[in-house]
Amino acid sequence: MTATPVIDGWFTTGEEPHLLASRCIGCSNIVFPPVSSEAGGATSYCRNPTCDGEEHETVELSRRGTVWSYTDAQYQPPAPYVPQAEPYQPFALAAVELPEGIVVLGQVADGYGVADLKVGAEVELVVETLNTDDSGDRTIYRWRPVR
Amino acid sequence: MSNAVAIAGVGMHPWGKWGRSFVEYGVHAARAALKDSGIPWSDVDLVVGGETVRNGYAGYVAGSTFAQALGWNGARIATSYAACATGAQAIDTARARILAGMCEVALVVGADTTPKGFLAPNAGERWDDPDWLRFRLLGMTNPAYFALYARRRMDLYGATAEDNALVKVKNARHGLRNPYARFRKETTVADVLASPVVCDPLHLLDICATSDGAAAVVLTSVEYARRHGIANPVRVEAVSTVTPTFPNTTIDMPLLSTDSTAVAGAPELTFKEAIGQAAYEEAGIGPEDVDVAEVYDLSTALELDWIEDLQLCKRGEAEVLLRSGETTIGGRIPVNPSGGLACFGEAVPAQAIAQVCELAWQLRGDAEGRQVEGAKVGLTANQGLFGHGSSVLLAV
Repeated sequence: MTATPVIDGWFTTGEEPHLLASRCIGCSNIVFPPVSSEAGGATSYCRNPTCDGEEHETVELSRRGTVWSYTDAQYQPPAPYVPQAEPYQPFALAAVELPEGIVVLGQVADGYGVADLKVGAEVELVVETLNTDDSGDRTIYRWRPVR
Repeated sequence: MSNAVAIAGVGMHPWGKWGRSFVEYGVHAARAALKDSGIPWSDVDLVVGGETVRNGYAGYVAGSTFAQALGWNGARIATSYAACATGAQAIDTARARILAGMCEVALVVGADTTPKGFLAPNAGERWDDPDWLRFRLLGMTNPAYFALYARRRMDLYGATAEDNALVKVKNARHGLRNPYARFRKETTVADVLASPVVCDPLHLLDICATSDGAAAVVLTSVEYARRHGIANPVRVEAVSTVTPTFPNTTIDMPLLSTDSTAVAGAPELTFKEAIGQAAYEEAGIGPEDVDVAEVYDLSTALELDWIEDLQLCKRGEAEVLLRSGETTIGGRIPVNPSGGLACFGEAVPAQAIAQVCELAWQLRGDAEGRQVEGAKVGLTANQGLFGHGSSVLLAV
């Protein structure tokens, strides 16, 4: 079985994974999720109202940040969410503030719940299995509390 | 020169889970508002419909549907879509034509029928749609966003799950005698805490349901209202439909991230603060003058956020206000005297109009069983998906 990211171009894998963001060539504004060429031209317009840039370069975001807030999903979310296990296992979610001045939402790593989190606590990026399909494990970025 | 328009009449269809067409609810509310105004349908020269909402996106054509159902009378029409802020945008459209002298009597109607359970995106794979991706990649439901805001209050300001529950208790009591409310039952803190946790820290009874319902207002020029015999009408003094200012620093549903503050720095006001501020500035009326507010309690904790966003108290002090009874009818600044979404459940395109109906009744002294005595200035607030602000300031 192979493990492949569930979505292309959003994060790197390996020992020290990073989120991938798009940085405007004109004004350096950073956006995550990264600009997708498949999504068409409008998504590439820089969000900074003083910049009319449309070209971006890919940059890695910091692996560590602080928790802006957190919660969990005690009921199975509706499709297109794909549960990994039967019966459904609740999971936690965190919004994390990175040094780049951006808050990014993600699931919390397996084995951790809301009791392991606090606003302001430090977390780091990991990559874990979101669900498994015919092609093998599909992976996603997650936030893991730093001990 | 005043930018005020008059509210000549208001009407609603009771909220519930009736399972009928939105057109029936809308026509019911429209006829109730017209009757309340005493203005015949034939005198309406503009109809603005609040577009129905399907999975966050625009659904059925509203304006012409209502106009046809009432019987074509040749009126101009418009349809507004601004998610939860749809009603405010519809009112703003009507107001603009009235103030421009291009219309004298406008009928604004919002109505919808909504599905059960979690609101989920439309079927099909859409890897470039954040609303689809948030479910596929993160399992991020609407209550999970409300829970993020609630938890942040608790960790930063020491609010508790009991505080959240107290909002529900207060609103449940407010709505007990509101004939348009769907849920009319006393609720205790213990009831809320005993209901299942949906997204920590929010329990099922902290989160509003989705409902069927309809609301309508008849707007006229102040001059027309006087001619029509309404000497001192409730006036719309401001309608704020502002968008966010870059960078937007709060994670708004359905997004997976905020803008970055690195290039421009954090803005002076958050989006929700800016929504209220724009209404105050437009009306030339400040938060200290507000007697009553109807705010969007999608969750109990969100009501507390709104109280602060609207500058009705300092940041982090909404729980103090709540605990001391100041946001209850009879207190300093009653919030959600209608019972709020806690008693209604959300009927998206009707809800912002329903907030205005409630405040019109409050300012007229007609809110039987839930009257805020002597209320002269009322403020509504909510925020729609995709950057839609909504705040209407009424005065009498």
